[in-house]
Order: sequence, then C-alpha cells, then structure tokens
Amino acid sequence: MRTLFSENILSLSPTPAPQSNPFELLFPSSLSTASSTASTQSSPRQDDWLTQHVQNQHRADADAVNQTSYVSSGHRTQNVRRKGNPKLLFMGSRRSGKSSVQKVVFQKLSPADTLFLESTSRIETANMHSFITFESAELPTSIVTAVTAPAPDFDHQAIFSNAGAVIWILDVQDEYLTSITSMIQTAVFLAETYPRINFEVFIHKTDGLSDEYKYETFREVRQRVQDELSDLGHGDRSVSYYQTSIFDHSIFEAMSKVVQKLLPQLPAMEALLNKLCSTCRIQKAYLFDTVSKIYLATDASPSFLRDYEVCSDYVDVIVDIKQIYGWHGQGNSSQEDGGGVGESMVSYDRSGDTYVYAREINNYLSLICVMGRGSSADKRVLIDYNAGILHDALLQIFKV
Amino acid sequence: MERSKRQKQRKVLLMGRSGAGKSSMRSIIFSNYVAKDVRRLGATVDVEHSNIRFMGNLMLNLWDCGGQDSFVESYLTNQRSHVFTSVAVLIFVFDISSKEAAADLLGFSSTIRALHEFSPNSKVFVLMHKMDLVPTDQKPRQLQQRSADVRATCIDEGFLDQQVEFWPTSIWDQSLYRAWTQVIYFLVPNASTIESMLRKLGELLDARELILYERTTCLVVTHITRGVEARNPYGDRFERMSSILKTHKHSMAKHTGTMASEVSFAEMQIKTGDFMFFITRLTENTNLAVVMPGDEAAFNAARINVQIARKEFDYLDIAERKGKDLQKQFDGDAAEHESRLSEDGEKSAHGKFGGP
Repeated sequence: MRTLFSENILSLSPTPAPQSNPFELLFPSSLSTASSTASTQSSPRQDDWLTQHVQNQHRADADAVNQTSYVSSGHRTQNVRRKGNPKLLFMGSRRSGKSSVQKVVFQKLSPADTLFLESTSRIETANMHSFITFESAELPTSIVTAVTAPAPDFDHQAIFSNAGAVIWILDVQDEYLTSITSMIQTAVFLAETYPRINFEVFIHKTDGLSDEYKYETFREVRQRVQDELSDLGHGDRSVSYYQTSIFDHSIFEAMSKVVQKLLPQLPAMEALLNKLCSTCRIQKAYLFDTVSKIYLATDASPSFLRDYEVCSDYVDVIVDIKQIYGWHGQGNSSQEDGGGVGESMVSYDRSGDTYVYAREINNYLSLICVMGRGSSADKRVLIDYNAGILHDALLQIFKV
Repeated sequence: MERSKRQKQRKVLLMGRSGAGKSSMRSIIFSNYVAKDVRRLGATVDVEHSNIRFMGNLMLNLWDCGGQDSFVESYLTNQRSHVFTSVAVLIFVFDISSKEAAADLLGFSSTIRALHEFSPNSKVFVLMHKMDLVPTDQKPRQLQQRSADVRATCIDEGFLDQQVEFWPTSIWDQSLYRAWTQVIYFLVPNASTIESMLRKLGELLDARELILYERTTCLVVTHITRGVEARNPYGDRFERMSSILKTHKHSMAKHTGTMASEVSFAEMQIKTGDFMFFITRLTENTNLAVVMPGDEAAFNAARINVQIARKEFDYLDIAERKGKDLQKQFDGDAAEHESRLSEDGEKSAHGKFGGP
C-alpha cells in the first residue's frame, strides 16, 4: 500500500500546522473564493484574522512542545496521531447532505440522484483509491448527539483518534440554528479532546440562493460560531468556512482545501508550481487528483472558482476520451506503465495563444495549466521540458 | 453552380403532448442549454419556427409545435394542410412516465393520420422520452410495450414499418444525442459521399477512427471506423463524444463569459502511449475527430494532412451535386499531399522533441 505519511515525516514534524502556511498569510483571501468576497465585505474581521494567526502560531508552537514531551513520556493520547491516509469525518444534522456530499465527491454519484439517498443510520465509511487513498466516514445524527452528550460507554476514541478533519455540514436552506448549537458543542469537544483535528464548516446547499442572501447567511453563521467559540474560551481555534453546493464545483473546491491541509507535502508542491508558473508564464496551474478531481496544490496566484471549473471539466474530458479509446491497454496492464506520458492540449483561437495544457504525472495525478498570453505554441518545447522536470520532482516528493 | 449552392430546406416537425419535453430537447440540442436549465422553459405557444443551418447546404426548418390540446386541435383542423405538407421528418415525443398513455396514443394516431394524408413519404422518429424516470430494470419491458402499441398504430395509419423508428431518450444522458444523430443522418443529403471521402482520408492518415461532428450542435454527422477500432467495446462512443464535447463547450462558455454558441476550440489534442486523438475544424461548421495509433510522427503528419484536406471538404459542403468528380480530384490530391507531408510531419515531430 502506498502511504503518503511515512513514519519519519510524522516524527520529525508532527503536523505542519496549516495555520502557519505562508501562503495563507500572503493570501488570506485565497482561502476560498467564496469566503474571500465575504471577508472583504467585513473588513474588521481581517484584523481579527491576523491576531488569530499570531495566536495560532503560539498555539502551534506550544503544541509542538507538548508533542515532544508526550513522545518522551511515551504517552500521547491527547493528540491525534495521523498515519496512513487522510481521513475525513462528515457530521451534521439530519438531511443536511452528508451522504450526498460523500457520494458525489468520492463515488461520482450524479448530484441529481442524491435525492433518492436513504438516511444513514450507522457509521458508514468509504475509501477512495486514487493517488491518495481518501478515507471518509459519515456519522449519522444519532451519533452526533452522542458526541455532544457522550454516554459513558461511547467509544469516541475509535471514531476520532485517526481522523484528520471533521467536516460539519450545515444546511442553509433549513432551520440551521439548532445545527449551529450542536456544531459548537462538537467543536468544543474536539478542541478539548482532539485538538489536532481540523474543524471545517461547509455552509451547504447554497445553490439557488441569491448572492446577497448567500453572503449574508455565510457571514452570519461565521460570526455566530466565532462568537460562541470565543465565549467558550476556544476563540483561538481556527475554523474554516466554505460555501458549498453539490450542484456546482464549489464542493470539490472546498474538499480540495480541506484535503490540502492534511498533506505534509503541500508547501513543496506549491513551491514547485510557483516556479513553473513564473518560468513558463502560466496563468494558473493545478495539480489534480485525476479520479476525484480534487486538487492537491495550486500556485500562489489568486485562484478563481471558474479557473478550477474549467480545469476540472477538462480533466473530465480527457478521462472520458481516454476511457473510450484507451481500451487497447486495458487488457495488458503491464504495457500501461511503459506507455508514453499522456499529455493533452486544447487551444481556443487560431493563433494558439490561449490554451490549456495538461500533462499526466502518473495514472492518478495530472498537471493542468491555463496558459496566459505570451506563451505561444513555439514555446511548447520549453514548457514540455519544464513540465518534465516538475514531473520528476513530484515523483520524488511522493516516493516513500 | 447557382443551383448547387442553393440550400436544401428540410421541414422537421417536432410534436407530442404538452409537457413531453419537445422544447427541452430542442433547446439542449440547438440552443446550447444545459439539461438543468430547461426547467425555466415555459409552454410553447402555437408553433415556434427555427431555421438551423447545418452542414453548409442543409437547412433544418424545425417546427416546434406546442402540445397543448387546443393547439393540437388547430393543427389538425384549420392549419392541417399548412402544418403537414412537405414534411421530411416528424419527430414525435412520448413522455414514457405519462399517466395517460391511451390519450397520448390517440393524439399520436390523429397526428400521423394527418401526416400520411399530406406527406406520405415522410419519416417518423418516435422518441420515448424521460427514460430516466423509469427504473432501470423496467426499462426494456416498458419500452417494448409502448413501442409495440405505437408501431401498431403506425401500421394502422398506413405507414410502412421501415418509415418509423423508435428511440429511448433522456435529456440527462447521451441517449438524446443518439436519437438526434439518427435524425440528422437521415436528413444529411450527401452522407454517402462524405463517408467515402472520409474513408479515403482515413486510409491516407492510417487513422483508427474518424468522426465528423457538426460544430454547434456537436451531433455526429458520420463516422468511419477502421481496423482494430471496430472491436472497441464502447458502442455508444459517438454519442458519448457528442455529450463530452457539448459539456466542454458549456464549461468554456462559463469560463470566458461568452455565449455557448460562440465558443469553439481551435484544436484539441490528447496523446497517450496507447492512442492519439485530436479534434480540429474540418469545414465551416464541422469538426473532425481523428483517433490514431500512438505514434508521434504519424500524429503530426495527420494533423497537417487534415488541414490540407479542409479545402476539399469545404468545396463539397456547398456543391453537393459535384460530389462525384470532386472525389476523383480529391483522391489524386490527397495522395500527393500525403507523400509530401509525411516528411514535413516527421520534421515537426523531431523539432518538438529536440528541446533543451
């Protein structure tokens, strides 16, 4: 089994605290395109963000100190020890869309079909084997209440001990105040018992709402949660908020951000992509997990949801066409590895000035670049060469 | 020359009961709607005419006939001759989930009675629409049952068996494209000429498959399959490609903020070790998709050869009657190009790899 989190990465740097990611400091608004608009609207919150960042940094340091002391004393129950694959836990109130999100993102269910999903009554786990094996689990509502008011025999250790992130799904089209209450209880519980788990909030089902209402609700929810958490003494806990909907790409983008926080290789990948973009005049580059269409990294230039949409749709096009005509190789899989590197390109105007370039890193990972003006077709040689270098570097990063 | 440039108008009636999905499918195929956008469409009032230029000389004259009972009544009475004369194709849409199957069938029988009266040689495509609403295990049974009823009605009204075709459709998958591809294939006047020219081109390029698409609708006009590709397990690949290309078009339109009808890529290439694929413009309103074996030099040669072949096809697009002598000329020309160009292709392929 291929694991990303090798033993020595773990022991050297327990978790690259996502809060101290330099890119977030530089681009607080690139957290999510959806949230960026909201945060610019509420400018006072930006200062909050900075103070919070400083606090987090302290916290992270303290954490690291704790960590070493635990290691020395050989007892680290407090901290979540993540090994193996990133594991995501979905929580939320009844009919908020937990199963739908999971099915759409990891099992490629068509969003329209999620209407017919039955409600989940026990913990359901799903694995997706791709470049990274994602493990996701969904906690039915009965268990969610059990978490907030734990029964003595409730084994939260089994559920939370190896989780990387808890995703709380909040249905904005429903009465969400009760959900917020239990979300806060859960967040506090997690902050006290498993402080290493990232807590993420998906403000879900935003499709069909007017933009204004959407941002208003988004801000309200964020404000409320933040206030409550600080009242309870956990104001320093960073909670990320995303506006999502399974009917567009926002859910994939949000999932990408969540997954990225769990990858220790993220800074290295981002640095590589930044270099590639500046040398080859690439407008935007994404590193896609081909199967799930979650992107593992992107360069530091401001990201827009629509760039992501185009790239992810393009990945779809390539995958579909490859499926249709790649049937020769399916029989003898040994040839698959020996085959040339797949690459693809689509150009839009006759001059070939604007185009999208895709290159397969391996079966599960592909690099998609939106090329800007000025990198015309005659520069392709250079781009191919540089992409080749990036290719080798990435393979080395992930070589375990 | 004057005569051959004249456009060929083909009248296509789109009928069916109210709410069956006629305007929805028309919007998706011809007006670049996304499947989920069609719920915004209101009821069609009377007849909506649309003229769609297709393949240069073919003009589709599409009559989208509102399906509410009062309109149907008027088509069958005072507008009868106006609506039903010189029809090339009637597309009749059944809602398979309809609760009033008997009433649907009654409407159908009176429609084709009128059709038989005014254009007895027309072709009837019966689309069993909204198949997505039928559970998968019941699909074949329901389809067979309904089509047996409809077929019996057609024969009662005097239509021959081969004049009627049945297609299950749904706007949510590629089955809609499959059905409309059949309609288009029936209507394209010089399909066999195009096919033989494409076959020639395919031989010269040594391609595994050539598919000719209409540019705006992404419908398959015709395709050529050669050699091993005939064993491709995906029998529905042409419709799939239509739907893939259409989806891509939408995503690009969204990205650039332009109308979906204006978006079209200049070229798309996909190269893997296993096969090489490219789509490029062939004529003003067609795109050619070429599937090649995985050989870089041959691929580059093919790209250039397709560019050269364009002008032959352009000519054919307008002058359908001159197809025969054109073809001879084309044969000679293309062979010449091939010998000259494969060298060029070779060169450009090397140029590409000789990087730093």
